[in-house]
Amino acid sequence: MKEKESLFSPRNLKSLTGPLSAGNPVIVLVLGICPTLAVTSQMKPAIVMSLSVMAVLSIGNVIISLLRNTIPPRIRIIVQLTVIAALVILVDQVLKAYVFEVSQKLSVFVGLIITNCIIMGRLEAFAMANKPWPSFLDGIGNSLGFGFILIILSFFRELLGAGTVYGYPVFEKIGLYSTGYVDNGLMSKAPMALILVGILIWIHRSFNKDLIESK
Amino acid sequence: MKALRKILDNIKPHVEKGGKFSKFRSTFDAFETFLFVPDHVTAKGCHIRDSNDMKRTMSVVVLAVVPAMLFGMWNVGYQHFLSIGQEAGLWENFFYGFLKILPIIIVSYVAGLGVEFIFAQIRGHEVNEGFLVSGILIPLIVPPDIPLWMVAVATIFAVIIGKEVFGGTGMNILNPALLTRAFLFFSYPTDMSGDKVWIADKADAFSGATPLGDALIGDLDKLPSVSDMFFGFIPGSVGETSTLAILIGAAILLFTGVGSFRIMISVFAGGWLTGLLMNVLAVNSYMEMDAYYHLLLGGFAFGAVFMATDPVTAAQTKRGKIIYGFLIGVVTILIRVFNPGYPEGMMLAILLLNIFSPLIDHYVVQGNIRRRLKRIKVKA
Repeated sequence: MKEKESLFSPRNLKSLTGPLSAGNPVIVLVLGICPTLAVTSQMKPAIVMSLSVMAVLSIGNVIISLLRNTIPPRIRIIVQLTVIAALVILVDQVLKAYVFEVSQKLSVFVGLIITNCIIMGRLEAFAMANKPWPSFLDGIGNSLGFGFILIILSFFRELLGAGTVYGYPVFEKIGLYSTGYVDNGLMSKAPMALILVGILIWIHRSFNKDLIESK
Repeated sequence: MKALRKILDNIKPHVEKGGKFSKFRSTFDAFETFLFVPDHVTAKGCHIRDSNDMKRTMSVVVLAVVPAMLFGMWNVGYQHFLSIGQEAGLWENFFYGFLKILPIIIVSYVAGLGVEFIFAQIRGHEVNEGFLVSGILIPLIVPPDIPLWMVAVATIFAVIIGKEVFGGTGMNILNPALLTRAFLFFSYPTDMSGDKVWIADKADAFSGATPLGDALIGDLDKLPSVSDMFFGFIPGSVGETSTLAILIGAAILLFTGVGSFRIMISVFAGGWLTGLLMNVLAVNSYMEMDAYYHLLLGGFAFGAVFMATDPVTAAQTKRGKIIYGFLIGVVTILIRVFNPGYPEGMMLAILLLNIFSPLIDHYVVQGNIRRRLKRIKVKA
């Protein structure tokens, strides 16, 4: 019998920390761009979105991982979708109950978590072939990597686009507006989010040269 | 000039490879080739049309912009004194405008060239000359009272995102000057158009847009006379009000062969024909406006002559140039007439077609290949 792997073995830890940088779902795999563009104009929705994705992805990973030996390969995608959809509906109800305003702001994008390719990708690529505990860690890791990017983006977009950080009017407090500064309207539009993602990828790759594709 | 040459020759050994200041070689090279005709021009190659250095081509464009710029300076003063109800002489008008425009020119050059020099130093290539033109075009397509820091931010954005990330001059897919304007337009809409801009008693100074703004809401009676629009005694962004001055620039570009006559003519043709089509449909008063008004209004002429002809972002093939120009004209009028959100369509039309120009070229080339293959098959 194989020796039991400890809960935080290097391999497990790697599935937790890998997605933060070298395997980041947004800036390396370029998945989940839709919510990245749509909900990052302010920090609050971005954080709620990250937490929602974390709940759906980690629990979904565990459920699929538990079921992985019983799911017929032919219908695995539809089973995964059912699990995700059920979880998303749960998350949606929780958001509506406790943070109604934010859930209004996120509008359709909560429902669209179902189509977030990060979730489908991790369920298909990881949970279908791994035990529940590593799958759980993988879910947490990937949603952290996703949320990390979302929070960076939303920080800059909210600061430069509206002059606030998590709703707190920073620029107004330090008196920047009286010097003639005007908020940048482009920052709160989706195209600028795409450009910012590009800049993040640029910065990230200049620190991780091995990610740069050879020509 | 000789003294200058001597100074440069004195510095040269220090910045050559192995010299003390070899880090600054690209900076030195930029100044040397800017001041003197370099001895290392391209000698041959399939894409070479003449053996001019790029910088001299760019200098011609800068020269061609000068009439529009000088007139723009005068017009800024003229409009200013008109709005406060004062008479002012030629020089008074010009000097007022000159003082307004000069800071914008300086800021745009310092910001843009600063970025170019930094990138050239980091990447170790020559400083690209493309910004010489962009830097003079940017002040001409913004409202005269735009805050200078906005110009700086937008210029830096356009040079980095529009040009340097693609590999510098010659590799950009979008016209940097227009990208600057687009950035300003979407970032700071209240400072680019609307009631707040420039002269308070003129409704809208955006893009020569008192007339454009009037046309948009169907107020055709308020339009200035054709001669006013042609000579440019109308409020607007600095360089674009006078169609006459722009046409002088166009003549310089065409005479020296720097600008493409195919693009210029097809832009005007596209705009005019679409205008005629609008006249036929004519469901609102804007559509009934005479087609040639469109060509005189706003930034149409300026865009057609100086922006659409940018050799880097325009289509490269002869037939492609005609399609490219024609579509710019068409899209401009469509945006102007059908989109109330954007009174001026020239900027968006050119940027859109900039993106499409490689596609146009691709199909022109493919079509040519197919035609020639057919000819071979018939003979065989």
